[in-house]
Amino acid sequence: MSTAIDTPPATAEQVTAQGKARAKRGETLAGWAFAAPFAVLFVLFLVVPAIYGLYLSFTGETLTGAGSGLVGFSNYADALRDPDMWKSLGNTVWFTVLSTVPLIVLSLAFALLVNLGLPGRWLWRLSFFLPYLLASTVVVMFWSWMYNPKLGLVNGVLAEFGIAPVAWLQDPNVAMISVVVTTLWWTIGFNFLLYLAALQNIPEQQFEAAALDGAGKWRQLFSIVIPQLAPTTALLVTLQILASLKVFDQIYMLTNGGPAGTTRSIVQYIYESGFTGYRFGYSSAISYLFFALIVLVSLAQYKLINRRSAA
Amino acid sequence: MSTYTLSRGISRGIKQTHKPGENPWSVSRIAALLVLAVLAVTWLVPFAWAVLTSLKSEADAGASQITLSPPDGLSFEAYRKVLSAGDIPSWAWNSLITSVAITFVTVATSALAGYAFSRVNFKGKRLLYAAIIAAIIIPPQLLIVPLFRQMLAFNLVDTYWGIILPQAFAPAMVLILKRFFDQIPVELEDAARVDGAGRLRVFWSVVLPLSRPILAAVAIFVFIGAWNNFLWPFIVTTDADLMTLPVGLQTVKSAYGLQYAQNMASAILAALPLVVVFLFFQRQIIKGIATTGFGGQ
Repeated sequence: MSTAIDTPPATAEQVTAQGKARAKRGETLAGWAFAAPFAVLFVLFLVVPAIYGLYLSFTGETLTGAGSGLVGFSNYADALRDPDMWKSLGNTVWFTVLSTVPLIVLSLAFALLVNLGLPGRWLWRLSFFLPYLLASTVVVMFWSWMYNPKLGLVNGVLAEFGIAPVAWLQDPNVAMISVVVTTLWWTIGFNFLLYLAALQNIPEQQFEAAALDGAGKWRQLFSIVIPQLAPTTALLVTLQILASLKVFDQIYMLTNGGPAGTTRSIVQYIYESGFTGYRFGYSSAISYLFFALIVLVSLAQYKLINRRSAA
Repeated sequence: MSTYTLSRGISRGIKQTHKPGENPWSVSRIAALLVLAVLAVTWLVPFAWAVLTSLKSEADAGASQITLSPPDGLSFEAYRKVLSAGDIPSWAWNSLITSVAITFVTVATSALAGYAFSRVNFKGKRLLYAAIIAAIIIPPQLLIVPLFRQMLAFNLVDTYWGIILPQAFAPAMVLILKRFFDQIPVELEDAARVDGAGRLRVFWSVVLPLSRPILAAVAIFVFIGAWNNFLWPFIVTTDADLMTLPVGLQTVKSAYGLQYAQNMASAILAALPLVVVFLFFQRQIIKGIATTGFGGQ
């Protein structure tokens, strides 16, 4: 009897505890079952190469695969003393500055113009966005032809105005500018589109209220529109800086980093050390130095954005 | 909020091009229109010039004079030559197969993982989540050397799988889908679960149908990226039969030498599929990029 009285609550508790544990195990099983296909690819093709690359950066590994074993930090030390590394890094930073500013300012200007509600809206949107859909190879084929010193349209038009032809991709003083112009043409559509979407989310009432207060169009632009777009701008600047730092395709194909290494980007240097110099260890060390820079830039931007939104 | 957006949608639907009470043809509006027209034409010039060149004879294309009416007239001769002699059709096929596979696997794995992060409390969830967030800032360009050696070890160099697998997952898309699933009321799923449906069943028949627009957006974004990707396919393929369009074109770009018309014709052919898709699905693509763009770059 007494057992019969005593046991039921105990078993009930046990049952719920067991059930809870089982449910928890079930959840974990279900969770991993859903996450597994992604997790497997993620680990195999991102985590493993990231760790393997870190290991490689401490070895003297070359093409033959024989390697010369662990070499400590000597790849890193070599990289920091390598003038070509610093030059490529400098080019990359310079490209980032030259491309980010117009890619933000002009995309905003384009979006503001298109958002005025003038006729032909789809046509404007199409013109600015279309290049974004092109592969880098196609972009480079178009622009190599535009920039062709003898037959290109750019010099052809300049000649009409009596201006001497310019070697757009061969002159060390203008090659970087030419690359930036091509990049601007190619990628502005993305920023433009995100600005346009953000502009359409600004509540109409704000403009009506401002208009009642007698604020003119320009006044509204600076006191309503641009402040309202601040979060979009912050995100676009972040994305743009990171995207520009990673530049490779269009420079590699337009100038191959020339003339005289004046446009070679850091990713191209990583590629060349690894795949034409076959210095896998050295190439990986530069990758990790560059990754450290990207982490720093991301952290700095994160802090800046947070401080601004907190203020 | 909903009536507000609705009325805005309607007013946009009837093509309101100016605000009531505003003169549609004021000087400043005409000036803005002119500026826009000049900019748009500038942006279209490289396209137009490439199309024009591709329609010329090689002799005219190689002439230094700028003319809209070349002596030999315009024809599709360069396209005929490029399509009959070159590898473009097989590269386009490779691009299509690999891009479709990448898109399918990425969308499927991201949706499943996004759902797990949104709805299931599993052991190790926070660790995996932190790893995904950290991974977003790792540029794939930095992993080319170790990844290539890994592919050599797996015997995947010069195979479709070698092109596909490293591109077939996207941490950013997992986050985007998780955020979307978070907004779906749990009650909708509870109802189905009371009826005895398992998790997979609920996911398949309740959650996925509600997520069609965002899935389409993710798919479009991933497809454009895969179709246009250059660096990884360039590294992992050396066999011309397996190259994707962007890689193949890069290798023959110089081989065309002075054949500018054929060069431009092949560039136009490579650009055409996405441009046509865009013209048909302009609205969905623009919306897709606007919603996924922030996580996707």
